[in-house]
Amino acid sequence: MTANAARLTLGPVLFNWPAEHWRDFYFRIADEAPVDIVYLGEVVCSKRQPFFDPHLPAVIERLQRAGKAVRLSTLALVMNRREQQAIHALVRDLHQADETTTGPLLQESALTVEVNDLSALMALREPVAAGTFCAGPFLNIYNEASLQFLADLGIHHCSLPPELPRTALEALGAAAAAQQQSLEVYVHGRVPLALSARCYHARVHGLDKVNCQFVCDQDPDGLAVRTLDDEDFLTVNGIQTLSHGCLNLIDLLPDLQQLGISHFRISPQSRGTMTALSAAAGVLTGKLSPGAALETMQADSLTAPYCNGFYHGLEGARWVSAEPVRLGGGPL
Amino acid sequence: MSEPGQSAESVGTGSELVCPAGTPAALHAAVDAGAHAIYVGLQDDTNARNFPGLNFSPRELQDARAYTRFRGAKLFLAINTFARAGGLAPWHNALALANDLGVDAAIVADLGVAAHAAKHYPDLRLHLSVQAGASNPAAIAFYQRHFNVRRVVLPRVLTLAEVERLTQAVTVETEVFVYGGLCVMAEGRCALSSYCTGQSPNMQGVCSPASHVSYRDEPAAMVSRLGDFTINRFAPDEPAGYPTLCKGRFRVGTVTDYVFEDPVSLNADALLPALVAAGVQGFKIEGRQRSRAYVSQVVGAFRAALDALSAGQPMPVQALAALSEGGTQTQGAYQRRWQ
Repeated sequence: MTANAARLTLGPVLFNWPAEHWRDFYFRIADEAPVDIVYLGEVVCSKRQPFFDPHLPAVIERLQRAGKAVRLSTLALVMNRREQQAIHALVRDLHQADETTTGPLLQESALTVEVNDLSALMALREPVAAGTFCAGPFLNIYNEASLQFLADLGIHHCSLPPELPRTALEALGAAAAAQQQSLEVYVHGRVPLALSARCYHARVHGLDKVNCQFVCDQDPDGLAVRTLDDEDFLTVNGIQTLSHGCLNLIDLLPDLQQLGISHFRISPQSRGTMTALSAAAGVLTGKLSPGAALETMQADSLTAPYCNGFYHGLEGARWVSAEPVRLGGGPL
Repeated sequence: MSEPGQSAESVGTGSELVCPAGTPAALHAAVDAGAHAIYVGLQDDTNARNFPGLNFSPRELQDARAYTRFRGAKLFLAINTFARAGGLAPWHNALALANDLGVDAAIVADLGVAAHAAKHYPDLRLHLSVQAGASNPAAIAFYQRHFNVRRVVLPRVLTLAEVERLTQAVTVETEVFVYGGLCVMAEGRCALSSYCTGQSPNMQGVCSPASHVSYRDEPAAMVSRLGDFTINRFAPDEPAGYPTLCKGRFRVGTVTDYVFEDPVSLNADALLPALVAAGVQGFKIEGRQRSRAYVSQVVGAFRAALDALSAGQPMPVQALAALSEGGTQTQGAYQRRWQ
């Protein structure tokens, strides 16, 4: 594929959904969604992973049979021994120089690992075969020099941090094209803004992380944080903080493609994910105008305003309504 | 005040007190108070304390190099934001300056900046900034292998036990924050400020910038805001704090509280014996934005503590006690229960 062939991707579920619900969501994605690549794996809290593991093989198989490429996303904040060992197990083929076999999941499925913490790349001495690893959005790739460094390691697909403005995307797009890398950006969903050692779900419930009682499972789209003036503000999801506003760049997909971005990530939510995927597919294939895409999404979405300020180099919470796109120009 | 060349001698255990300076005056104060090493930044967005009126011009950095060398102290230059796509020159210039002036280490976070430094300035010692968020041995080994990073400033997400294990597991030096402002979020992984203000630690080197702060008087309260959002509301008898986003008061369901963290700062002085015993080498004080007097007091107290520890003497309780006055303090993530 050329670096610029558009691909729709589905990010990993960031929330603690009931495991069967999680499984059925992916089955439906496999059966119905116009998506090319699906990222699976617990990115936020390692304590949740055991709930999803039993369903992982069936979900992978169903997605692959439906023609979706599957990638495994690693945990973003790796601290304790159990978390280190989980990363190690996932990529142990590269951690054991004398062993040529791959970890079981990788071996059976030829899956790409989306790296969200550099520990997964520890044993990487030589550039790896293309498609072994890709760089996840938590790796902090802000500039062309970082892209180049990863390209030299054999990493040819990179997801970018959501706070990057259009000017940065433009520079990164040009650099990626020059070194045959493909780039991915978030285009829909609450924006991941922060991680912490502290679990805010537990804190709000008067618990701590060790004894959290998995209270995050009560909030399939996270827990709303409002200001003292009752403004909607942020969303808590375990150790993660997300925006309240729902990022929506789907009306800007043509512009993003012009900048050299090829992969567009929709982040799963309890509502509107399928509609957002369809709307994005419609825009990419030219069957939907950007304006019409926004209208279809508004009929099926979270009760949260859209935001796109980061893209415009402004406060991330802002929504800048559609204006004529200035191709090749500076920030709007 | 110590004699030239005396104040910064190692305390014998290898422990190094790493102190902030936002101005030449603060740098002098820190050296005079016994800092083994001073970290500073340039007056631009190449460092994570890019505040108006703060930091060093290239000329001031040159003077700082001369002064610290004369006094036997080390000088570190923080180049620890993530370089701007399409505009790498300021970061490259900062590395060149660090190399030309012979600073004792450049503190870097960005993969691209680290790669540039390792390639062009192999003799420039690199420390990995807390902003890189390297929180485990394997991630640290990665930076060591590719960039020859010699010391890692650990993110404020680890428990004391994890710091101890990690320090044993790696073959680079470790440095930990022991005093000052507390990032509640994993460093380098936080865009809360830019969600509110358009400016972030990673990109512009600022968090909750003063340019976006406003206060509003209400009949029975004072409201602090950041950008378009209310961060706190203070009753008349309540001391009003700066609206740092993650230390604000918010509502979740029916609860109104400091959802992320109370307005506290870090003080890990009681953990110094354990951290020294664990082999941690750098003990870092936060606060390049702080006054000369503050720097003097904190640096002096912590230097006395490290000296006492290295001499096998009890901790200087009185000097440290003065640091706990007038504010709420925490040991943060070092305590498992905090998490």
